[in-house]
Amino acid sequence: MPNLFPRNSNSFLWWTIGLGGVFVVLLITGLTVFARTHNNQVGVPVEQPVAFSHSLHAGSMGLDCRYCHTTVETSNFANVPATETCMTCHSQVRVNSPQLAVVQESWDTGTPIAWNRVHDMPDFVFFDHSIHVAKGVGCSDCHGPVHQMEGMWKNEPMTMGWCLECHKSPEDYLRPRSEVFNMDYTRPRNQVELGAQLVQDYHIDTEKLPQCWTCHR
Amino acid sequence: MRKNRRGVLVLSILLALLLTACGRNMVEQPVYRSYDVNPYLPQGTNAHQPPEGTVSRERGAIDPAFFTGQGEGGMLSELPIELTTGVLQRGMERYNIYCAPCHNYNGDGRGVVVQRGFPQPASLHEPRLRDADVGYFFNAMTNGFGRMYPYDRVPAEDRWAIAGYIRALQLSQYGTPEDVPAEVQLESLIQAEADR
Ligand code: HEC
Ligand code: HEC
Ligand code: HEC
Ligand code: HEC
Ligand code: HEC
Ligand code: HEC
Repeated sequence: MPNLFPRNSNSFLWWTIGLGGVFVVLLITGLTVFARTHNNQVGVPVEQPVAFSHSLHAGSMGLDCRYCHTTVETSNFANVPATETCMTCHSQVRVNSPQLAVVQESWDTGTPIAWNRVHDMPDFVFFDHSIHVAKGVGCSDCHGPVHQMEGMWKNEPMTMGWCLECHKSPEDYLRPRSEVFNMDYTRPRNQVELGAQLVQDYHIDTEKLPQCWTCHR
Repeated sequence: MRKNRRGVLVLSILLALLLTACGRNMVEQPVYRSYDVNPYLPQGTNAHQPPEGTVSRERGAIDPAFFTGQGEGGMLSELPIELTTGVLQRGMERYNIYCAPCHNYNGDGRGVVVQRGFPQPASLHEPRLRDADVGYFFNAMTNGFGRMYPYDRVPAEDRWAIAGYIRALQLSQYGTPEDVPAEVQLESLIQAEADR
């Protein structure tokens, strides 16, 4: 059989394998970087149909988070307030403000306001607010200085690595239950001792916390 | 030998193809979460309003007074739950969350939202309201009162705790030194208040 390919086509094979290898490595790095940064719009305020300001309502007026996020202590879902909750005040306050036209329309027609989600866990992750609130993890540990936010943004990457930082050593983060809703809370100097004490007092199962099946079930 | 090389080549191309197969179908699984948008349902979301006339399976179904604040003889004058320190503390916490924005922490009706334009409610220390039954407060929270919207998103148990706390709040404003139990040092309380 005559040679179909010239001799130097052998080196072509090696080039392909070599460059292919580099390509695969680059592709994997690229995909990883993409996966880690994609959808993690940390620090970017999310556009909303109504220019609702936490810094006004929860900050300068000092409303408690639970006035609106009613189920945060009792369920996995914190609850984004119904239009009726806005109307408890806006039936009387700033009634004709153009800024509130969407709220008024939603109230009149009975269709909920289509708030855009700021945080959205993938469906294969199980997350529950109530247990964190009950065991002394503050809103601000995960959501940052909400009471100073005009538009709401994600303050933490909310990746698995981030969740695990705390699940591996909760004593570095825990605060007394009474401080969970305190947005100005700062950790004391003796956090290590306080945290260790709270882990005991609140019966936190440090064996279970970092296990895969805690969050993936 | 040559066959082998071709095998390697084919295999690496096939392996490379595997990389393209990542979908997002585990991220967006075909499940209905409570608050997701759902164009097939009348209200556009998965969360339904209960149909009209729905009877709650909570305590109210067997004990209407617990859910309405009204019994056979009008407004309940006694709490239908046992009054403990825990209940009062719960009531204080819930009052401060849901009522204080308007009625203020001390009940005088000059809360932060009133300062910003909401009509001012009557002080809870008015004689008329001091004489009102606890059921009256429960009823106001459950059904709303005039320009005040209902606060029925607060569970009934908590609404009773709030009603109990309002009573305590009312008493607090009319206390006299004689009401303080003998074992409590009044001076130390006054001092503690001054230190705050
Ligand atoms: C007056 C009602 C109100 C109060 C009080 C309030 N919020 Fe909100 N919150 C909202 C509304 C409405 C949204 C949806 C719009 C948005 O994202 O800005 C929201 C959104 C959020 C989100 C993002 C939800 C998402 O889409 O992922 C977080 C986190 C949050 N609030 C935390 C808090 C915390 C913490 C507090 C207490 C300091 C608080 N909120 C107090 C009404 C309120
Ligand atoms: C507890 C009372 C209260 C609740 C509940 C409340 N607000 Fe407000 N909101 C106010 C007050 C008071 C102001 C005006 C503050 C000021 O300017 O002094 C205001 C201002 C606003 C403004 C700015 C209006 C303007 O003309 O500048 C928007 C927008 C707004 N609220 C949206 C909402 C939405 C959306 C909700 C429901 C999630 C909501 N608010 C719930 C009390 C409330
Ligand atoms: C351990 C971290 C953590 C803590 C503590 C926490 N959150 Fe969240 N929050 C999250 C995550 C994660 C999501 C996204 C959940 C999802 O997509 O299912 C979220 C979502 C929300 C939402 C959007 C609605 C929802 O439930 O998906 C609101 C509102 C909210 N949080 C408010 C609060 C408030 C108020 C507190 C304090 C009482 C709080 N959160 C404490 C992590 C936390
Ligand atoms: C700042 C600390 C902290 C962070 C951040 C945190 N957690 Fe937790 N988490 C805890 C603590 C404390 C518990 C309670 C453990 C116990 O009771 O044994 C807990 C419990 C849980 C549970 C167990 C619930 C149950 O029913 O057993 C789940 C699921 C969970 N966390 C998911 C998450 C996810 C997902 C994230 C990231 C989005 C996250 N957590 C971030 C501290 C944290
Ligand atoms: C504290 C909660 C928690 C624990 C424990 C946990 N995970 Fe995760 N995991 C998450 C979260 C949150 C995500 C989603 C991250 C994101 O969206 O970027 C995730 C994502 C993943 C993914 C998908 C990654 C991707 O890029 O799509 C895999 C695979 C995974 N976890 C495996 C595991 C394994 C294996 C374990 C046990 C060693 C584990 N997880 C333990 C919270 C957890
Ligand atoms: C948004 C402001 C606001 C909030 C929050 C609020 N109220 Fe009111 N409330 C009012 C106003 C205003 C009135 C007077 C209504 C009128 O006369 O039209 C009122 C009236 C009342 C009355 C009747 C007083 C009378 O004169 O007979 C009671 C009782 C009451 N409120 C209790 C509560 C309780 C308990 C809560 C907490 C669950 C609460 N309110 C939360 C504004 C509020």
